[in-house]
Amino acid sequence: MAEDDGRRQPGQAGGRLARLRARGRSGREPEVQDAGAGPGETGPTAMLDIRDLRIHFPTDDGLVKAVDGVSFALERGRTLGVVGESGSGKSVTSLGILGLYNTGNSRMSGQIYLDGEDLVAADQARVRELRGNKMAMIFQDPLSSMHPYYTVGDQIAEAYLIHNKVGKKAARAHAVDLLKRVGIPQAATRVDDYPHQFSGGMRQRAMIAMALSCDPELLIADEPTTALDVTVQAQILDLISDLQQEYGSAVIIITHDLGVVAELADDILVMYAGRMAEYGSSEDIFNRPGHPYTWGLLGSMPRLDEVRQERLLSIRGTPPSLINVPAGCPFNPRCDYAARNNGRSENEVPVLRPVGPGHLVACHLSTDEQRRIWAERARVAS
Amino acid sequence: MTGLRGGSPEASVAAQPGQAAPAPTSGGDALLTVTGLTKHFPVTRGIIFRHRVGLVRSVDDVSFSVAPGETLGIVGESGCGKTTTARMIVRLIEPTAGQIMFDGNDITHLRQGAMRPLRREIQMIFQDPYSSLNPRHTVGTIVGAPFELQKVKTEQGTKRSVQELLELVGLNPEHYNRYPHEFSGGQRQRIGIARTLALRPKLIVADEPVSALDVSIQAQVINLLEDLQGELGLTYVIIAHDLSVIRHVCDRVAVMYLGNLVELASRDDLYARPRHPYTVALLSAVPSPDPVNRAADGRRERRERIRLTGDVPSPLNPPSACRFHTRCWKAQDICKTEPPPLVERAPGHLAACHFPENS
Repeated sequence: MAEDDGRRQPGQAGGRLARLRARGRSGREPEVQDAGAGPGETGPTAMLDIRDLRIHFPTDDGLVKAVDGVSFALERGRTLGVVGESGSGKSVTSLGILGLYNTGNSRMSGQIYLDGEDLVAADQARVRELRGNKMAMIFQDPLSSMHPYYTVGDQIAEAYLIHNKVGKKAARAHAVDLLKRVGIPQAATRVDDYPHQFSGGMRQRAMIAMALSCDPELLIADEPTTALDVTVQAQILDLISDLQQEYGSAVIIITHDLGVVAELADDILVMYAGRMAEYGSSEDIFNRPGHPYTWGLLGSMPRLDEVRQERLLSIRGTPPSLINVPAGCPFNPRCDYAARNNGRSENEVPVLRPVGPGHLVACHLSTDEQRRIWAERARVAS
Repeated sequence: MTGLRGGSPEASVAAQPGQAAPAPTSGGDALLTVTGLTKHFPVTRGIIFRHRVGLVRSVDDVSFSVAPGETLGIVGESGCGKTTTARMIVRLIEPTAGQIMFDGNDITHLRQGAMRPLRREIQMIFQDPYSSLNPRHTVGTIVGAPFELQKVKTEQGTKRSVQELLELVGLNPEHYNRYPHEFSGGQRQRIGIARTLALRPKLIVADEPVSALDVSIQAQVINLLEDLQGELGLTYVIIAHDLSVIRHVCDRVAVMYLGNLVELASRDDLYARPRHPYTVALLSAVPSPDPVNRAADGRRERRERIRLTGDVPSPLNPPSACRFHTRCWKAQDICKTEPPPLVERAPGHLAACHFPENS
């Protein structure tokens, strides 16, 4: 359905028109609507409820479907881990939630309910009020996401000043408090330092302080520890989980490191080529994964807690281009089990369906087959 | 063979009177032996009157050896000197002190011209597949460059050899005329590996060969490196910060902290019975991809983990004696005054600690 859009789109200016078109489109989502019958169905009680989110970018080469039908719900105090290879749409999803793609040359459709309020339909000014206030983000690379000309304190205080009626003094005191909270020694003096005077781990702590400055109820961390050493990573992961317990916020953690996800997440969303491949509790994903892509990710990873394998079970090939997503199941060219489905994998987009309570898999393999193959793989590995 | 690496100058002189003492080896004739390797970078101030204001002790008195066909892993946090060590081995950086023996020859201070024939035998794989390939050159030119630079004529001609190399690393030989931007990260790393293999080197030094890649692609490249080692009988020195990758590919592992070698052991021994507290802490910091640590009420039960506080100190002004004492939970007064020697705690297992674990 969006293919024809892709052909018409090149050269078309984005802006209001694109937004109108995107909104118009969300009304007619025929086939993949049932993909939304996933976690989104937990009802509007969930604090964050995303239904059939699509974020597409028209380019000269075609339509890039960076996020294509993602639905999930997240409660306060819970952590969702989003995993997938680069280009699977993890970061675009998160920036989309913050409303950073609902403008210009991008098209966003679906619904993002934050406490019942749809952010996709809301106007920019309203999303802006919420961004940095009710929802905040921790970026991957603290050095490039902090402004080198402003002191760390100024940058932490900025959002607090904008969203609250307070003076500069109060905001500064707040910044010092936050730096203390995230474990920066001598916070009262370090608040006047510039980002380059901080080490990598401290910068990431300062980033977290910045995100926390307005007590956000939704905290999105995009690869928060990728740039850090393991010992510092452990500190930051502990900090995020401590702060979550203290503030009771909902956390979305985006990462390609399955170890980090296992450590923090209650639920896990596995994304592939902008779509949901699998969704479930972290026990489901690690102990009874149903999607061949999840198997591949788990097999690719050398593990310290298991006997050393002679060979890693890598996934062959490379992730597809988001302009030419393979027909049928997007994973089928790399899948070892695609041949078992009598051509369905090549022709039919698999629907996200439940294989257990709260555990959804988008795969043509039957639930029994999935269980059998996973058991076999686990047996071979041990 | 104990006490090879005394931290203090006197100790190391005592251990190596005049000539190079044999470095700890896994036995047999080593292909590469590094003894007392040191690199200090001066920090200068001033434009006209440059004067030295400090010394970054990047690598301090590091000794190890690598047997032919073996894979040695070097791990440590950023700033521990692992990359500097790698670059000194391939002679991209001039060592301040110490000796590098390759295949029985001292190559520590060889001049450019004398080094050139040896460049065929020692090659390097770089970390970032995006910046290590010239964007204006085709894959054919990139992979064929070693032949041209070394003036090597192959029987079938350079083009054919390059295509064979591309095939060897799992790329399509027809991509000979493509440019690096047409390839994904994993494919670019394969191009880098093909270039490395062009002259059939004996030793490959790989600096974080997979850290820039996705997990699934990482596994492909790791498998490729292992296959090539089996096929071509290569010897690897692999630098990485990822302990699980190192465990997968290496036979022996060296752990570095702030320029010092703190532990050196066989893979199984190191991971099963780490002696140095820093190694213990590093291993326990690796997040485990196993979600069992959850209490009945759904709250997370934290894994027993040794938490190192703070960051790695600056190598400009490293802590006295044992450099790890500022973050070590076992540190006592002796750790601040006396540098622990790198001694053999078990057969083939060296650790530099006054109060080693698992002993």
